[in-house]
Amino acid sequence: MNTGLKSKVTSLPKPVKILIWLLLALLAYALPLLEPPILSTPDSDFASVLFTVSIYCLVALGLNIVVGYAGLLDLGYVGFYAIGAYTVAILTSFHASWPLLLAIPVGVVAAMVSGIILGAPTLRVRGDYLAIVTLGFGEIIRLVVLNTEWLGASKGINNIGRPPNVGDAPDGLFELPHLFWGNGTVLLDTKDTTKFLIFGYSDAVPFYWVALTAVIVVLFADRLIKNSRVGRAWEATREDEDAAELMGVPTFKFKLLAFATGAFVGGLAGGLFATQQSFINPQSFLLLFSILYLAAVVVGGQGNRWGVLIGAFLVAYLPERFRGFEDFRVLAFGLALVLLATLRPQGLLPPRRTVRAKQLEQELDELEEGAGGEETARA
Amino acid sequence: MNFDFFFSNLPELTITGLAFGAIYALIALGYTMVYGVLQLINFAHSEVFMYGTFATLWVVMALGAADADGVQLIAILIAALLAAMALSALIALALERVAYRPLIKRDAPRLIALISAIGASFVLAELMGLRDRIAGWLHLDDNLSEYVRKAKINNSMAGAIEKPRFEVAGVSISSIDVIVIVAAIGMMILLDQFVRRSRLGKGIRATAQDPETAALMGVNPTRTIQYTFLIGGLMAGVAAFLYMLKLDATNYQVGFLLGVKAFTAAVLGGIGNLRGALLGGLVLGVAENWGQALIGSQWRDVIAFVLLVLILLVRPTGLLGESLGKARA
Repeated sequence: MNTGLKSKVTSLPKPVKILIWLLLALLAYALPLLEPPILSTPDSDFASVLFTVSIYCLVALGLNIVVGYAGLLDLGYVGFYAIGAYTVAILTSFHASWPLLLAIPVGVVAAMVSGIILGAPTLRVRGDYLAIVTLGFGEIIRLVVLNTEWLGASKGINNIGRPPNVGDAPDGLFELPHLFWGNGTVLLDTKDTTKFLIFGYSDAVPFYWVALTAVIVVLFADRLIKNSRVGRAWEATREDEDAAELMGVPTFKFKLLAFATGAFVGGLAGGLFATQQSFINPQSFLLLFSILYLAAVVVGGQGNRWGVLIGAFLVAYLPERFRGFEDFRVLAFGLALVLLATLRPQGLLPPRRTVRAKQLEQELDELEEGAGGEETARA
Repeated sequence: MNFDFFFSNLPELTITGLAFGAIYALIALGYTMVYGVLQLINFAHSEVFMYGTFATLWVVMALGAADADGVQLIAILIAALLAAMALSALIALALERVAYRPLIKRDAPRLIALISAIGASFVLAELMGLRDRIAGWLHLDDNLSEYVRKAKINNSMAGAIEKPRFEVAGVSISSIDVIVIVAAIGMMILLDQFVRRSRLGKGIRATAQDPETAALMGVNPTRTIQYTFLIGGLMAGVAAFLYMLKLDATNYQVGFLLGVKAFTAAVLGGIGNLRGALLGGLVLGVAENWGQALIGSQWRDVIAFVLLVLILLVRPTGLLGESLGKARA
């Protein structure tokens, strides 16, 4: 990282920092209206892409708690996402017609409970087994949905409920125009407007705002938890379970808590996804997605919430941006993963503590071994 | 629950299940050996298998197995087997070189090695999926048009090889199933003895037990890892050949589910344990086939995963326990 810039930013007075954050947040909210030329996606609706990106951010933040903080390898995270999505779908459309605002909390709680039910017996097994058990869990959820008529089977569920509109139906409180970037000129596009706040079929912008708000709330909560006793207990468990247990950390309880918290966020993301799509089927919950989420967390730098956000952005955005190369997207994505892993094994933005620990370790090695310190790295 | 069907067909169901299980077991070997030596889940191993299925397909189509019989057919099949083993081994070695060695050298976190393997798996699968486009750029499609057309249309060699059935005590048995089971178990015994007795096998076990001490005793760790991948690749090639004999068709995404199943088999038997891989594969294959006869084929994959979860809860180290290094390996 550029330490000069970093120290300059951290030495700014607090009000200025808050102002900068607010401006950044405003920019994030305005992004789908601005449609900046290079960033915006030529081949698919930019607001929808941004919505997907923010859902990935949410999922990555949740998975980061499990993988990054607590060090539990979860390969079936999409299962919680599916439980959130299906609970919302069933309650608002398929078997009941609850309002969405009631269904989402229920979906979130359902995901969390399933996290506890899955975690209670499995968190006692060792790391790699946990990976494969969770992988099995994710697949079981999908296959059960696929084969159960009551859950819509392969046809899926449509007409999922939407959030209530703010303002009156056709036009909302007011309309916000999008920008149109022509050849070197910028125009206000008065035909292409976003109605505030109408959750319709054609416009993904309001959904993006909701998802972005959720991301920001989760970011704050994440920060609070990470710096609390719970966050320290997670990190201690991750670094050395036996030592943590000896120091009086009930590791199993904290691992379960991490699992439940991760499932909570995953369920929330699933619920939001379901309402925006308005249609879900088992195809949206393939094992591949669990792997993509994990890639987002690890590529960005597990344990660092900003790194994870960058990872989520890359994983969700790049394939959409380069949709023109359709056939070669997955190939390029795979290549990128291999290159990233071999060139930056710590992730793009590793947590500060990891960087510091690495430096200390190196210094210790040099002290112990003299000039030959390099040799001790395992051959 | 369809008990009548289940009990009246129990022998057939068991034999088919064993045949699938034997294929799982051969793939599981690759996972289990790499895990034993490196403690890494070699996620891309499923693609090693997938390349083997295509090698079999190409050779069988190119040499015209449909018109051959007798000695000629056997020669073609042996050629296909060797081609599958060669291509799979080559891919496994390349995988080790590109996706693993740089990370192992740096002592990178294990999760990142998993990501690298996942990336490599995508690349390998997509390269196969896009092979026609790539062949087009290299202007190969004219020269190889015959093969490209045949293999592209359906990815299948159905009908190229006859599959006679015979009866023993009123039970109809497919000869292919018997070949698959016998070949797989034969390969497993061979490998087991090899790892147990040969110099290289001892090196592999020593590295699995304690890499540093093994290195001090003169075992070259890099070479040992390479050989481990090589053996895994060879076994995946055999599995691919047998799979094609049994099912005839393949596609570039075939590896994924089979890989997951094979890994399940490895964990079921106790990962890192060669005999465990065989036992886990056979148990998984039979349980799956019995289960699908009882409650319907759409639940087949669910059965596999539920079985895995249950066994891990009751016996977290798998049926036979872990470790390639222990004396029992």
